[in-house]
Amino acid sequence: MTSAFAALDLELIAMQLFSGVALGAVFVMLALGLSIIFGMLGIVNFAHGNFFMVGAYAGVFVMERTGSFWAALLVGPLMVGALGLLVERFLIRPLAGRSPDDPLLLTFGLGYVLVEGVRILFGSDGLPFATPEELSGVADLGIGYFPIYRLFVVGVVALVLVVLWYGLERTRLGLIVRAGARDPEILRVLGIDIQRLWLWVFGLGIALAALGGVLAAPMRSVNPEMGNVVLGEAFAVTVIGGMGSLMGSVVAGLLVGIVVSMTALVAPEMASIAMFAFMALVLLIRPQGLFGKPGLGV
Amino acid sequence: MIEQGSRHGSVSRRTLVRGLAATGALAGIGMPFVARAAEPIRIGFPTPVTGPFGAEAKDQIRSAELAVKQFNEAGGLNGRMAELLVRDDKLNPGEAATRTLELIEKDKAHFIVGALSSAVQLSVNEITRSRKVLYVSISQSDTINEAKDFSRYTFHEALNPHMTTAAVAKHTFKKGTRVAYLAADYAYGHEMLRGFKRAAAAIGAETAGEILHPFGAPDYSTFMPRLRSMRPDILCICNFGRDQANSIKQANDFGLKKAARIVVPVLLHNQRLAGGADAFEGVVGASNYYWRLEETVPSAKAFNDAFRAAYANAIPTDYGAYGYTAVRSLLMAVKAAGDTDTDKVIAALEGLTYDVAKGPERYRACDHQAIQSVLITESRKKSEMQGEADLFRILEVEAGSEAALRTCDELGHRA
Repeated sequence: MTSAFAALDLELIAMQLFSGVALGAVFVMLALGLSIIFGMLGIVNFAHGNFFMVGAYAGVFVMERTGSFWAALLVGPLMVGALGLLVERFLIRPLAGRSPDDPLLLTFGLGYVLVEGVRILFGSDGLPFATPEELSGVADLGIGYFPIYRLFVVGVVALVLVVLWYGLERTRLGLIVRAGARDPEILRVLGIDIQRLWLWVFGLGIALAALGGVLAAPMRSVNPEMGNVVLGEAFAVTVIGGMGSLMGSVVAGLLVGIVVSMTALVAPEMASIAMFAFMALVLLIRPQGLFGKPGLGV
Repeated sequence: MIEQGSRHGSVSRRTLVRGLAATGALAGIGMPFVARAAEPIRIGFPTPVTGPFGAEAKDQIRSAELAVKQFNEAGGLNGRMAELLVRDDKLNPGEAATRTLELIEKDKAHFIVGALSSAVQLSVNEITRSRKVLYVSISQSDTINEAKDFSRYTFHEALNPHMTTAAVAKHTFKKGTRVAYLAADYAYGHEMLRGFKRAAAAIGAETAGEILHPFGAPDYSTFMPRLRSMRPDILCICNFGRDQANSIKQANDFGLKKAARIVVPVLLHNQRLAGGADAFEGVVGASNYYWRLEETVPSAKAFNDAFRAAYANAIPTDYGAYGYTAVRSLLMAVKAAGDTDTDKVIAALEGLTYDVAKGPERYRACDHQAIQSVLITESRKKSEMQGEADLFRILEVEAGSEAALRTCDELGHRA
């Protein structure tokens, strides 16, 4: 009897760990966009969660018209990314040279505008988004059952990471982006149009948030407020990882997923708080976050 | 305010004086009775027009306006018409209190009906109670029945968690059934959990385990392995709105529905729409109203037909129906009392039995809780839906009975 229980518990713990990693993948997706934008443009994007939400709605929009989840996954983020380009060009760029608080306040307000806009266009009640047929069902992992769709999400996030890593570390464009993050002045002197670089980086960050939204849509209900909770989570992960550090976003995202999941096992009602308690703990020991450079962005 | 008055200068003051003189002249001729008879019956209606429950609020408003329209078309109260003063409470207790106070002080509302969330409703009740204004709440709550929040001005037209959980448990729990609970960690979640466990104890169902989840959690994946390991026959999900849609959807994704039946205390029209047919398929829960009640209940048919005629063939939803039953019964009481005097209308409401949408209802004397039928419904499979609005199958209509309520003693009411 006791051995049966022990086996069950071990399986449960393994399953819980795995759930944590899968949940972490969603956090990574969100924190990445936030971190890229902060690292490059020095902007704390308070509308990030709302772009995630708009992404989910864009996914619904494309899905309804084409009937294809794959089209939604591809076109949704592109549409929202394009919206991101417009936001950078016409709202954020005019604030250049002003106090760093200004873009922060702007994105904060923009978040509200996005929520209200979606409420006007799609209603306040939320929309259903069914799991795509070919990805529905559960897989037997040996230690327990897990939804196939969530495994797919982990795969997509891994793929995005590989592409991003390759783009940043192995291409000329990536080199410019990294240089731009470190010293925009020198880059400008070298004759590189930093303005255009910022535009595209902002668009990329927003498209990543939107991709997160489309990916989350079949797991959560799609509603105008879905970005609010997500923003807090994304910030916690970015701060833990170190603002502006991509590596930090990845490691912190997975760590936070595991912390939340393990807390859910022993004290479920504390699951949400655990993330922020973990953040406080990390900040006490390393104020710049796990991979952050001290003094960055102040 | 004073500043504003002085800025407007002498013209407005002169107009005011002239207006006062005119009123005085009218009174002098001896027409106060006519002037009073023309005064409309004002019903203040705070409801969360903006925010996540905007759709429910709009349903409530449409239904309430229908009740007002019918009252006026039938001649009102000897020619005195009713009007609905809708205010946005923004789902915020403070905002609701301010709006309610305004409705009473500035708009001179005779009665207040409304609120959708339990916290907002308690804050509205706080104001109406201190101002001695009759309030009909249409938000689900157990607390408002209890002696500490109750006043003789407080009426509760909605179901409460105790009634819905008891009805759902009665229909789905058996002796020896293993029940696992997933409940939101806040007042309403606790009320529902308490209701279910109380019913389970009486029936002899076993508790396989319980998990409290943070209120407003978007992801439930981390609770699923443990829920599954409890090996329940029934998974009882005690939360509301978005939390309900998300947790049901994810329990379904994790294949829990194959092993256990999912039951919820309240199964709502708009949440089912947002969650989708596949996720909700087979989920059982309770509600105050479902339009297909019209097949067995004549008043439901009449209500639906009036609603369809007024709103381009739309059907009323559960939360919408509360707006109708509450306003309609209040206006019936006004007619019976022959006056808008609060004490007379309270007496009339206490003595009223009304059947306007779902079979006979009446308010219990001690806590003014509406004794009414509870519907047990099951969410339909997509392929079995006959039309877009055919969301549920009615499994049972539990007739209204005082036995479904907690006793007056238990609530702290002294006879």
